[in-house]
Amino acid sequence: MKISEQWLREWVQTDLDTTGIAERLTSLGLEVDSVQALGEGLDGIVVGHVLEVQAHPNADRLSLCRVDGGQDQELQIVCGAANVAAGNRYPLAMIGASLPGGLTIERAEIRDVLSEGMLCSAAELGLAESADGILTLAPDLAPGLPIAEALQLDDAVIDVDLTPNRADCFSMLGVARDLAAGIGAELEVPRVLPVLPVMDESLPISLGDPEACPGFAGRVIRDLNLAAESPVWLKERLRRAGVRPLNPIVDVTNYVMLELGQPMHAYDLDGLSGSITARQARSGESLELLDGRTVELDDDVLVIADDAGPVAMAGIMGGAGSAVGDNTRNIFLESAFFTPASISGRSRRYGLHTDASVRFERGVDPAHQARAIERATALLLEIAGGRPGFVTEVSSEAHLPARHAVSLRRDRLAQVLGVTVPDEVVSDSLTRLDMRVETNGNDWMVTPPPARFDIALEVDLIEEIARIYGYDNIPEATGTMPGTLPVVTESRVSLGRVRAALVAAGYQEAVTWSFGDPELDTAFAGGDAGLALANPISSALAVMRQSLWPGLCQAAERNLARQQDRVRLFETGVRFILQGNELKEETVIAGLAAGAREPEQWDLAGSPVDLFDIKSTLEGLTRLGGEPASFQFHASEHPALRPGRSAQVRRGDEHVGDFGELHPSLVKRLGLPVAPVLFELRAEPLLAAVTPHFEPVSKFPAVRLDLAFVVADEVAVGELMTAIRSAVGKRLTELRVFDLYTGEKVETGSKSVAFGLILQDTSRTLTDEDADSIRQSVVASLSRQFNASIRE
Amino acid sequence: MQDLDKLLDAALSQVTAAADLASLDQARVQYLGKKGELTQLLKQLGGLSAAERPAAGQAINQAKQALQAALDSRREALESDRLTAELAAGAVDPTLPGRGQHPGGLHPVTRTLERIETIFRGAGFAVHDGPQVEDDFHNFTALNIPEDHPARAMHDTFYFPDGRLLRTHTSPVQIRAMAEAGAPIRLIAPGRVYRCDSDQTHTPMFHQVEGLVIDRGVSFANLKAVLHQFVERFFERQATLRFRPSYFPFTEPSAEVDVLSESGRWLEILGCGMVHPNVLRNVNIDPEEFTGYAFGMGVERLAMLRYGVDDLRLFFDNDLQFLRQFA
Repeated sequence: MKISEQWLREWVQTDLDTTGIAERLTSLGLEVDSVQALGEGLDGIVVGHVLEVQAHPNADRLSLCRVDGGQDQELQIVCGAANVAAGNRYPLAMIGASLPGGLTIERAEIRDVLSEGMLCSAAELGLAESADGILTLAPDLAPGLPIAEALQLDDAVIDVDLTPNRADCFSMLGVARDLAAGIGAELEVPRVLPVLPVMDESLPISLGDPEACPGFAGRVIRDLNLAAESPVWLKERLRRAGVRPLNPIVDVTNYVMLELGQPMHAYDLDGLSGSITARQARSGESLELLDGRTVELDDDVLVIADDAGPVAMAGIMGGAGSAVGDNTRNIFLESAFFTPASISGRSRRYGLHTDASVRFERGVDPAHQARAIERATALLLEIAGGRPGFVTEVSSEAHLPARHAVSLRRDRLAQVLGVTVPDEVVSDSLTRLDMRVETNGNDWMVTPPPARFDIALEVDLIEEIARIYGYDNIPEATGTMPGTLPVVTESRVSLGRVRAALVAAGYQEAVTWSFGDPELDTAFAGGDAGLALANPISSALAVMRQSLWPGLCQAAERNLARQQDRVRLFETGVRFILQGNELKEETVIAGLAAGAREPEQWDLAGSPVDLFDIKSTLEGLTRLGGEPASFQFHASEHPALRPGRSAQVRRGDEHVGDFGELHPSLVKRLGLPVAPVLFELRAEPLLAAVTPHFEPVSKFPAVRLDLAFVVADEVAVGELMTAIRSAVGKRLTELRVFDLYTGEKVETGSKSVAFGLILQDTSRTLTDEDADSIRQSVVASLSRQFNASIRE
Repeated sequence: MQDLDKLLDAALSQVTAAADLASLDQARVQYLGKKGELTQLLKQLGGLSAAERPAAGQAINQAKQALQAALDSRREALESDRLTAELAAGAVDPTLPGRGQHPGGLHPVTRTLERIETIFRGAGFAVHDGPQVEDDFHNFTALNIPEDHPARAMHDTFYFPDGRLLRTHTSPVQIRAMAEAGAPIRLIAPGRVYRCDSDQTHTPMFHQVEGLVIDRGVSFANLKAVLHQFVERFFERQATLRFRPSYFPFTEPSAEVDVLSESGRWLEILGCGMVHPNVLRNVNIDPEEFTGYAFGMGVERLAMLRYGVDDLRLFFDNDLQFLRQFA
């Protein structure tokens, strides 16, 4: 909310400068977003009195004005604004002046006619964000008067970012009250005296839905002066609050809203018929709004209706039929209390965020309706005359929000804040915030004012006291340490160790989006659709990922396109798997390698990375839990991987994950220049660990037994290894594959695999006979299971 | 005996002149071999008289020893030369690039998260995790944000068609932890969070660390101390903090915390407050017996301040040239 500093100072006397006020507001929880000083950079801009307006000889849309700028010579000025009129006063930028937007005024020929200055709009002076035409000034201003003086621009606009709980600060009254309480100053609120009615006229008002609208005040005013203009001070206050001045009626209702926080609405009395009620819309009803739109009203929308039907969406926007216009002489003023629940959500549904709806949604003061009417009447009479009727106020006490006294315990206050706030500070702070404070033994009973919807609990009061007392005045106090020590388990490997291992293997960690492109995600998942968002930020980020691979592939693609010819990325994160209606969030460890196996180097051949590079990394990860033998690697199929170059990792019966080369169709689809190899492992089974258990180290020498077998091509070497391990048993301390051969020395369709068996016994030195018997049992086992023949 | 002297001189000069081990060996054979010249002299001792024999024998033996010593020392010198030459031939240029690959590195977000976790673990905070696809109850209702509460408008929430949502903060983790373990409790909950917002300073996904302490007698003064210490540990410098009143539905009193930058500007770094009694009641903790505080911080924001990163979107671009700067 934008606040004029000048206006604020009228209500709160203080020696603080602008920065001081802004800092105090911020420290009270009314965060100041910005402070904009007005009237700066307006040198050379003065009041100009337009004496005569003629058509420009060479341009239809321009006029030629004779202007008194307070100097000896009258000026000739070309003006493009439609609203320029002889006799009026406007801001005049003299030759040499610079406008806040950076434009410097020069003597210029516009369409062959000399122009000696420029008439300005509020926007051009930096006083408004946009403007229709040039700014009309008060008629009594002397030509030549500096504009900063004429518009009382010795002011700053303080923009306060209100938190949603402080609806009461949507007005000068609320902000000034907080500031006064915060700095210990008096709050000087203009007195509102009732305006006596001069006629006996009113509209009957009824509460058609007292739950939604428990309070409504109205007043008829007749015979307003159509020619009246809002005074400069009022227009300026509106403009500085970001509200565009229109006509005295609308200006006054807006002003009262800014001053007291009570949104008001003025109806053209001649557009109303019969009595007024606040009720829920009936299905089928529609309303043409002020902005020209016609809306169908849902039956949970509160409306103001006369005998003919809805005339306004209550608290949101008025209707066109009873709108105040240039010819409105007679009005009906509305000042009502609509409950937050009756307004909230409707303005969003209809796309109508108005100053009124924002205030009603958060809660306006339910005790202010008559006061606002009196204030508006007084201002309107001052500006445009008129004859007021009497104020009709109807309310349903039972439905008005009740303010209950809240108990505040002295001990609790000290305990929550960690500091003892002196009693007089407590009662003084709360009293200044318009609360009624009664002492009750050791405690207080506090009744908040009607506007403070946010005060219902003891802790709400504690916060108020803390704000006024100052967060800075609460000391720091270190607490006691907890009584329990943390659980540190050895039955799981931390994700941190996995990350460290991958980092050591040359992988760079990536963080990719948790959501991705639905089609790509489905393609990687082999046709399964992932969990789709109802409101994605874009169609490319619309579904929760079922795999980390698409994101990693896209990251690799971007890097390869940026001349990174060797990419190794990993990510640890969640994938979202739908199993029927059940959603599983699985933490996985995924990686990608593309490009050369090793960085280019003078002594290395430079072959591309392949499945076995990935596999050695994965074998490294399977060792972290101390049970590498519990993992198996099998050839397998995966929809995202190239057939014949894909495999899965299992641990016992459990599928841990997959690895392999990206499927050529996906390589092409992603526009990748090379096929990356990928892996993705589920953290849950991968990270289960066993506590190491000591085995005695053998003191006896190890012997090596080399055996080469010829087997059919399709026999997996891994299965041969498993068979060898089980044939030898505990004496086999290590098993190596030192040669793999296919070619003319073996039969077509066969291959030769050479194993190195490292054998050792814990109790004695192995003899030649031992080695021979091991050899025989291995040969027998492989021959039986795989039809393998020993190659001598 | 003059012959002996001459012979020794000749032999010694031949040893000195030997340029390699082969010619040295040749000299050894020529003088000391079975048919060597000095060996021959010894054999001729038998032709001398008994009186002459001991002196002559001694002289020859001395000559033999002198020659052997010369041979040994020359051999040693030649072998040392040969080793030096071999080593010289085997020298490499250590300024050539090494073989194999260099380690990768952690993402700056992970690096930051790990630091934050380490700092809080040291003070007895446990690290908790929770689901990212949340329900309305844990993300909003239990946190004192009922339906139609204006604070819901502060959160641009991603929804799924069935009403579930992507958590907008890691605060639901504290609800789950308190419901499960009750009080006292002391935890942080790091993780990914989501807001339906994307521009220069917002990404639809980012990381948060939520902290929670519930115990008997916990006060706002404790909260101030913990956060002040944290900020000083995290930035590794003395820090001036500003706590200013703010509003979060799940804490009261609530505060935003600013840190004074080295250039004298206040930078907002986290939000915090005393856990609202309604939140405690929602998880069956008696707010009369227990009080506590909670705080939440944006990890990318802290990483940006710590490492001087000026564009939030860099964190999710995964450009290797960016990532490698945090190895």
